[in-house]
Amino acid sequence: MTETDLRTHAEEIHEQFSDRLDLTVDEVHERLDTLVNEYKVPTSEARRSVVNTYLDEAGMDRDELGGSGGNERKPVADVDKPEEWIDITAKVVELWEPRSDAVAQVGLLGDETGTIKFTKWSKSDLPTLEEGEVYDLRNVVTDEYQGRFSMKLNRTTTIEHLDEEIEVGDDAVEVAGALVDIQSGSGLIKRCPEEDCTRVLQNGRCSEHGEVEGEFDLRIKGVIDDGEDVHEVIFDREATEELTGITLENAQEMAMDALDTSVVADAMHERILGRYYRVVGPTLGRYVLANEVEQQGAPADPEAVLIKARSI
Amino acid sequence: MSSTPTREVARRVFAREFNDATYTFKESDDDRAPVYALLPTGQRANRVFVVGTLTETEDVGEDSEYWQGRVVDPNGDTFFTYAGQYQPDAASMLRELEPPEYVPVVGKPRTYETDDGDVNVSIRPESISTVDEATRDRWVAETAERTIERIRAFQDDSPDEYVQMAHEEYDLPVENYRRAAVSALENLQEAEASAD
Repeated sequence: MTETDLRTHAEEIHEQFSDRLDLTVDEVHERLDTLVNEYKVPTSEARRSVVNTYLDEAGMDRDELGGSGGNERKPVADVDKPEEWIDITAKVVELWEPRSDAVAQVGLLGDETGTIKFTKWSKSDLPTLEEGEVYDLRNVVTDEYQGRFSMKLNRTTTIEHLDEEIEVGDDAVEVAGALVDIQSGSGLIKRCPEEDCTRVLQNGRCSEHGEVEGEFDLRIKGVIDDGEDVHEVIFDREATEELTGITLENAQEMAMDALDTSVVADAMHERILGRYYRVVGPTLGRYVLANEVEQQGAPADPEAVLIKARSI
Repeated sequence: MSSTPTREVARRVFAREFNDATYTFKESDDDRAPVYALLPTGQRANRVFVVGTLTETEDVGEDSEYWQGRVVDPNGDTFFTYAGQYQPDAASMLRELEPPEYVPVVGKPRTYETDDGDVNVSIRPESISTVDEATRDRWVAETAERTIERIRAFQDDSPDEYVQMAHEEYDLPVENYRRAAVSALENLQEAEASAD
């Protein structure tokens, strides 16, 4: 914990109480400094202790603080902007293996409204989160990558373990309707082979890594339309194979025979365009990622519609 | 999300109503602003999705290929669709398909005035493919339902702007479209009964 970090904490605490107590940042800093550097108390604990002291002095409840530094407390599903400072209460749903030494912990946090990825940096020196436990996290910052939101725990984040249970919500959505369009970039595609990249190549080039030897993959970006709303849906390789009956291997053979990859997308058009599907999956930016796909055949209950039609 | 221009929804409509949708409008002066056909039940349509029986295809072009397709709905009413060099995929489908065939057509409403002053409504196709009977039946039930919802909104005491526009622009009894929905559904049931 560096001097500037303590100073940041002190400034935030000062701001929380500035209109209720006559404080200076230096006073707050001094209290924190004593706890952290003399008594070797962890920063989050020190912060708690100092905040509690001031709460007592001001005769306030913790709830009245409304989060540290005036952050908004948000449910996971409401995270829709990058670089927003928020407080959340969430359960550690999954912990993943960090891919780099810079990352101390990475995984999935969840609350009743859904799940979100989080990253905790090694240099932030925060306590370890346990899978399945619920925490109150203050001062986390949101991030976005390709339309997908995540949260970063940083040096100023405070973590408080709560003795609570959270029923983590399913953030999958269900859309159903006619597949009215297959967008460009669908069919047999090539992805950048660089580690963690997977960008789709345009004319053999990755926008990040330049000219690379791509790896074949299948994907469909489709539009599902029910006459009222339009949803863009991404079918990954597995979903595409299931939907079209064309496997990656078939697709490569087709492209090889025709000396053209576009024959694959053409064949897919013929097999799926204009048919009705029900798709379930999480959202990624404006897309729904198809985890489950089911073709819808004959109408379930035309009689009910007929009764309605006759009654008006 | 708000920064992406939103794709226009594909309306569901039977041919009887679609062919009456002769009034078109734009919502801004921008040259590239979308053109909407006003459905007589009071909804704007920049795109439609229809599924019907392709009964006939014909190259009606003079200098270059211009394909006409007749797509018939369960009431026997016909959607006309035209595809030329700017709709190469749809044009090649119309060239290659052997009617009869159940076809879904996604496309844009287009109107043109004939020499004797009538306005014809057709579909400029974005895509044409082929489907089975179950998919066609699903479209019929869905289109009946959407039509009924529009008629309900049309008869509502506080009509929205497109319903008001339909009242101003058309003098067409929406009862016709309710009947189209009823008879399309009855056809479905008869087909089902005879299949059993």
